[in-house]
Amino acid sequence: MNASFLDTACLAAQVILGVAFVCASIRLVLGPRAQDRVLSLDTLYVNGMLLVLTHGLRTANPYVFESALVIAVLGFVSTTALAKFLLRGEVIE
Amino acid sequence: MSTLTGILVVLGALFALAGSVGLLTLRSFYERVHPPTMGATLGTGLVLAACVVHFSDLQQRLVLHHMLIGVFMFVSTPVTYMILVRAALHRDAAEGHDHLARHGASAAPQASASKEGGD
Repeated sequence: MNASFLDTACLAAQVILGVAFVCASIRLVLGPRAQDRVLSLDTLYVNGMLLVLTHGLRTANPYVFESALVIAVLGFVSTTALAKFLLRGEVIE
Repeated sequence: MSTLTGILVVLGALFALAGSVGLLTLRSFYERVHPPTMGATLGTGLVLAACVVHFSDLQQRLVLHHMLIGVFMFVSTPVTYMILVRAALHRDAAEGHDHLARHGASAAPQASASKEGGD
């Protein structure tokens, strides 16, 4: 019973994170300016990382941790690069 | 133990959903910056706590390496958003149509002057 509760909770969390994904994607399309799109891209990275972690929790796979860490690092680097581009017009000067 | 894991993962997902809904529904960019930080810190923290509890229960030892992601997110999210908001302020000031940028520019000399007066 307990394992099925965990499975149901992980499925519910995946559905909730999917709805969050859709909200951030709508803002990515609507976003009136470039900084809104960068912000929603960062939110998409976070939501995707949480989705990967939840998948690892559901399948009890301990190796999903590495991919979530890579997604977190890539989200940080890409958002910082885009913000630097908005600030200065070039990424590395 | 798996009940605790389920509650933690659903709570973390709900915080991430609240952050994304706030990102979608709030009006101006400077209001929209705030909600995703909640999903990035509290939502990530709760899902990572669920991972720690679950894998510690599975492997019968303390598994803490998931907290590495939490530490990284807690450090990187404020840095990223500060650079992003600084870029947004710079863009708004360059176009000259935002009261927030002008307010920040006029408040800075007062702050430095009062600091010097205090010294």
